Amino acid sequence: MRLEARKVCVEYQMRRSQERVSALQDVNFIIESGKFCAIIGPSGCGKTSLLNVIAGLQTTTQGDFLLDGQPIQGPGRNRAMVFQSAALLPWRTILRNVTYGLELQHYPPAQSRDIASELIQLVGLKGFEESYPRELSGGMQQRVNLARALATSPDILLMDEPLAGLDAQMRELMQAEIQRIWLQAQKTTVYVTHLIDEAVFLADEVIVLTARPGTVRTVVPIDLPRPRPLVIKHSDRFHHLQSMLWDLIEEEFKKLGEPGSERLS
Amino acid sequence: MNRPTVRTGRSGPWLDFFHKNENTLLAVGAMLAFLALWELLPDLGLANPFFTSSPSRIVTAAGWLFAHGFWNDILVSLGEFAIGMALAILFSIPLGLLLGWYRRTNAAFEPFVTMLNAMPRVALLPLIILWLGIGMASKVAAVFLGAFFPLIVNVMIGVKTVDETLLKCARSFGASDRQVFTTLALPTSVPFLVAGMRLALGRGLVGVVVGEMLASTAGVGHMMALASSTFQTDKMFVGLILLAGFGYGLTELLKRLEKRFESWRP
Repeated sequence: MRLEARKVCVEYQMRRSQERVSALQDVNFIIESGKFCAIIGPSGCGKTSLLNVIAGLQTTTQGDFLLDGQPIQGPGRNRAMVFQSAALLPWRTILRNVTYGLELQHYPPAQSRDIASELIQLVGLKGFEESYPRELSGGMQQRVNLARALATSPDILLMDEPLAGLDAQMRELMQAEIQRIWLQAQKTTVYVTHLIDEAVFLADEVIVLTARPGTVRTVVPIDLPRPRPLVIKHSDRFHHLQSMLWDLIEEEFKKLGEPGSERLS
Repeated sequence: MNRPTVRTGRSGPWLDFFHKNENTLLAVGAMLAFLALWELLPDLGLANPFFTSSPSRIVTAAGWLFAHGFWNDILVSLGEFAIGMALAILFSIPLGLLLGWYRRTNAAFEPFVTMLNAMPRVALLPLIILWLGIGMASKVAAVFLGAFFPLIVNVMIGVKTVDETLLKCARSFGASDRQVFTTLALPTSVPFLVAGMRLALGRGLVGVVVGEMLASTAGVGHMMALASSTFQTDKMFVGLILLAGFGYGLTELLKRLEKRFESWRP
């Protein structure tokens, strides 16, 4: 499914001061069907708001997101979200966590179980069906999170910094895993991250947002061949892309005038 | 609590046994020391057993009581307690879920319920006895009033404590309000309910005993009040120990249940 942002603006109303804060301003981009698109930008630039709006959890102030030409109105079965914290239901087993979305969308239980078992195998958690989330490591919990999102067979997968809570080693391994799973699932994916190397490693194209209010600074295509092994991170091409993106982000940080940003150069 | 034990070079079967069960042994030891002191003080002439009684005297009194219809008192108290608790659970859970779930009912009733929960319910007893008489009904009501409010307050809080991200997750899958209620709010409120239950048991126990002491024809509290007015300290202690044991047992049971559901908190 093709996702298009057309002149999207998102504003927040501050509760106390009645002030309106602009999170996203005039965002335009197109993500072609089946592409993996990463979104990066300085902190607070509205990356998460962007995902929330695509998920239908929040509304735009102006403009629209279009799915194959149809404007998004509220949550829908064609989209599913992977959250930063695993957001698993602690009282449910892994199997019943993966079937959760299916259950909410009234799939027959037997069919749900079959779909879930398949996905649990895909994310490499076979044998953990009857375990509870607390018995799993952070990385394993994120696999469940991913399986749950894939279960409803969405056309678009939305991922909100899914590896942010993991330690550095686990994050590397999970990046490889996400690529493997994505190559099999072939879903249009919008992946928000603050890690440039993660964006370069995973994405077909990287959308760089400006500092708040966020708008599209540039779109960088990543032409590394797939499947990408983790060692590709040591290649010259990878380094080149990484430093190019970093320069862009750095400029945006400087605009923010955050303390410490002058030391970045 | 469990500080690592510092091991000295010495070891042996007794020392090993002590290290393994240190906390239990210390608790039992302290209890035994207390009982021994209690038993010995009157014998040494340091206390008047008429006021303090002593373990051996209490055992004798218990034997006499159980031979003379104490079972009936226990059953009456237990019945009042059980019925009152059952009614409190039966009414507080659905009502708490209902009042806590809807924003408006919650805003309307929360201060009211919290106020009633803070009020010492024992103060209502004279009124209840006036309304319901000195039979079992007034004691059932006393237990109900004691247990109902901690339960409903906890359920009301629990049902609206749904984790923000879980809510977002459910909504992103297109969950309806009803689905959010059954799949998120209901399970979330369970640990709160169990915590409320522990409070409710204590309050219910106070209700039954004080109710019986104030006005009744049978029950453990009634026996104790009777013993007090006829200067039979030994019998009073029998009731006291029974109540303490019962309360302790139930609380321990609930603690285990609480631990079991603690992992349900997101």
